[in-house]
Amino acid sequence: MKPFTVLEALVAPLDRANVDTDAIIPKQFLKSIKRSGFGPNLFDEWRYLDVGQPGQDSTNRPKNPDFVLNQPRYQGAQVLLARDNFGCGSSREHAPWAMEDYGFRVIIGPSFADIFFNNCFKNGLLPIQLPAAEVDELFRQCEATEGYQLKVDLAAQTVVRPDGKVIPFEVDPFRKECLFNGWDDIGLTLRHADKIRAFEEQRRLQHPYYFS
Amino acid sequence: MEAQTLYEKLWSSHVVHQEADGTALIYIDRHLVHEVTSPQAFEGLKLAGRKPWRISSIVATADHNTPTDHWDLGIQDPVSRQQVETLDSNMREVGSLAYFPFKDLRQGIIHVIGPENGTTLPGMTVVCGDSHTSTHGAFACLAHGIGTSEVEHVMATQCLLQKRSKTMLVRVDGVPGRGVTAKDIVLAIIGRIGTAGGTGYAIEFGGSAIRALSMEGRMTICNMALEAGARAGLVAVDETTIAYLEGKPFAPRDAAWDQAVAYWRTLTSDEGAVFDKVVELDAATIEPQVTWGTSPEMVTTIGGHVPDPAKVDDPTRREGMERALKYMGLVPNTPISEIAVDQVFIGSCTNSRIEDLREAAAVAKGRTKAGNVRRVLVVPGSGLVKRQAEAEGLHEVFLAAGFEWREPGCSMCLAMNADRLEPGERCASTSNRNFEGRQGAGGRTHLVSPAMAAAAAVTGHFADVRELN
Repeated sequence: MKPFTVLEALVAPLDRANVDTDAIIPKQFLKSIKRSGFGPNLFDEWRYLDVGQPGQDSTNRPKNPDFVLNQPRYQGAQVLLARDNFGCGSSREHAPWAMEDYGFRVIIGPSFADIFFNNCFKNGLLPIQLPAAEVDELFRQCEATEGYQLKVDLAAQTVVRPDGKVIPFEVDPFRKECLFNGWDDIGLTLRHADKIRAFEEQRRLQHPYYFS
Repeated sequence: MEAQTLYEKLWSSHVVHQEADGTALIYIDRHLVHEVTSPQAFEGLKLAGRKPWRISSIVATADHNTPTDHWDLGIQDPVSRQQVETLDSNMREVGSLAYFPFKDLRQGIIHVIGPENGTTLPGMTVVCGDSHTSTHGAFACLAHGIGTSEVEHVMATQCLLQKRSKTMLVRVDGVPGRGVTAKDIVLAIIGRIGTAGGTGYAIEFGGSAIRALSMEGRMTICNMALEAGARAGLVAVDETTIAYLEGKPFAPRDAAWDQAVAYWRTLTSDEGAVFDKVVELDAATIEPQVTWGTSPEMVTTIGGHVPDPAKVDDPTRREGMERALKYMGLVPNTPISEIAVDQVFIGSCTNSRIEDLREAAAVAKGRTKAGNVRRVLVVPGSGLVKRQAEAEGLHEVFLAAGFEWREPGCSMCLAMNADRLEPGERCASTSNRNFEGRQGAGGRTHLVSPAMAAAAAVTGHFADVRELN
C-alpha cells in the first residue's frame, strides 16, 4: 500500500448525498479478477452517456458534460468533497480501487458508510469526516474558486484551506500509523500468530462444535 | 457481573488482541466465500506465499454471476464464466469445509445456503466479502460484510481488525396486521432511522413482533440492517432459532448438540443491559411498504403518495428527492397504487427463502400476470429451497400465473448475470437496494415484500395485498 503523508491537491465537489458503491463502480466491472484498471469506470453511469462494458477502451466513449468530474477545471483532482453517507451499499472493494486508480487520495465528507470507510484505509485512501458546516463551506469555496486546492497533512491531522484556515480531523491512531507507513495489515497481524493460535486452541476446547 | 448486551457477549468472546486505541483482532469462526470478491484475495495470498489459516472455516458457492436459466448451456458470458471458474480452481487448490459449485444441488445465494446447511451457528463470528452478511445475525452471530483486503486478511490470519461498535436496540412490539411481513417491518425501520441511522452501530432487533417471526423473517430483517447503515444486525437465540437448526447437515449432533444448545441459550441481552440507543416501533401501525426513490429510506406505504420535494426545506435533501424522482420517472403526489410496473422480481438474499415463496404463491394462486407486465421472475435462493418449493407445488402456482420459475442465484437483485431491467423499465422487487442502475442501467426499482410483489404482478401496478386476499 502507498504511504500517505502530506498531499496538496486540486479538489472536486460531488454534491449529492448517499452516493452508493453501485454508482462508484457499477456491477459489470466486478467481473474482473484483478485489483487494478477500474479508474476509467469510476462513476461510469454518471460519467458516460453510453453503458460501459468490462474490457472496453473508455477513451472515446461519449462523456456526460453535466457530470462534475468531466468539467475541465476538475481534471487532475485528488481530493473529493462528498455529502452524507458516502460509499453506502455493497461492500465491493472495487469502489476504493476505482477511486484510487482514478487518482483520488482523499475524500472529505460529513459521514461515510462503515465498510467503504474501512476499505479506503486498506488502499492508501484517506477518508476524512468533518462537521457538516465545515464541509458546506468547503463546497462553497471550491465551487466559487477555479483551481481550488487543499493541503491534507495526516501526521498533523489537519486540512488547510487556501485562506489559511486549519481544520483538524480525527483518525484512529492505529489506522493512521498503518496508512502513514503504508503497512500491510496481514504482516502486522501475523506478529500475533502465537496469540491467535492460543485463542483458537482454547476456543476449540470450549466450543468444539464450531470446528467440525 | 454487569448486564451485557448480546453484541457485547459476542464481541468479548472473540477478542484475541487489542491495540491501545481499541482496534481489536477478533477471531473468525466462519468465512463465507463467493466468486466476485474473492479472486484478488486468493491471488494476494499466493503472491505473498501465504496459506489459509483454517480451511475448515470456509464455506463457498458461486451465486452472483450464475445464470438462472438454461443451465445446460453453462455460463454464456465469458467474463462471468472466468470468474466462476477462478473460484472453482481456487477451491480445488485451497480446500474448504464445503463448496457448492455452479449446478450443485445445494448451490445458491451464500446467505441462504449458510443457514440452511447449518454452517451458520449461534455465537459464531461470520464474515463474507458481501455487505449482506448481516443476514446471519438472525442466528445471534456477529456477522460482518468485509472488503476483499479483509477477505485476504481473514484467510491469512483467521482474524479481522475491527473496532467495537456502538449498540442500538430496535424494539418492535405488538402484532402486525394481516399482509404485513418482515420486509415491511424492516422497510418501516429504515424509513424511521434512515440509511445512515445505524452507521457505527450493531443493531439488535427485539420485541414481541421480532420474537414472533420465523428464522426466515428474522433473516430478512437482519439482511437489511445493512441498508440502515449498520454493519451487523442481531436477534437473540430462542426456541425458534434452536428448532430451525436441529438436524441441519452441519449442525452439531448428540452430545455436542446438547452442549451447544446450553451455550446458545445464553446468547441474549441480559435483563437491564444498556444500549447506546433505543428505537421503538409499534408493529400494529406498520402497513405494507413500497419505496419510491433511489435509496431504501425513500419509502412510504401502499396507501401513500409520491412525496413532493417542494415541501422539503433542507436543500441537499430536496435536491436528492428531485434527482430520485427524475430518475424514477415519477410525479409528486401520485398515489403509489397508480404506479404501473414492467417487471417483477421475487428473489435475493432478502426474500428468496421458502416462506417468501409461499407468501408470493398465496397471492398468485388462481390469478395471472397482468398484461402490461413483461416478465415476472421467481428465483429461489438455493437448490434446496427450489426442491422444497417444488415438493409443495409452488412452482405450479407460479407457472400457471405466467411467472417464470428459475434456477437459484443472486439474479436481478444486482443484475450481474443476464437477468436485468432495460433502461426505463420499472420493477417491483423483493431485493434490498433501489439504487440507480442496480437492476440494470436506467432500471427503476421499487422495494416490496414477496406478497406485495406478487400483488403487483397480477394487477399490473402496486396494489394493497390486503385487498386481494
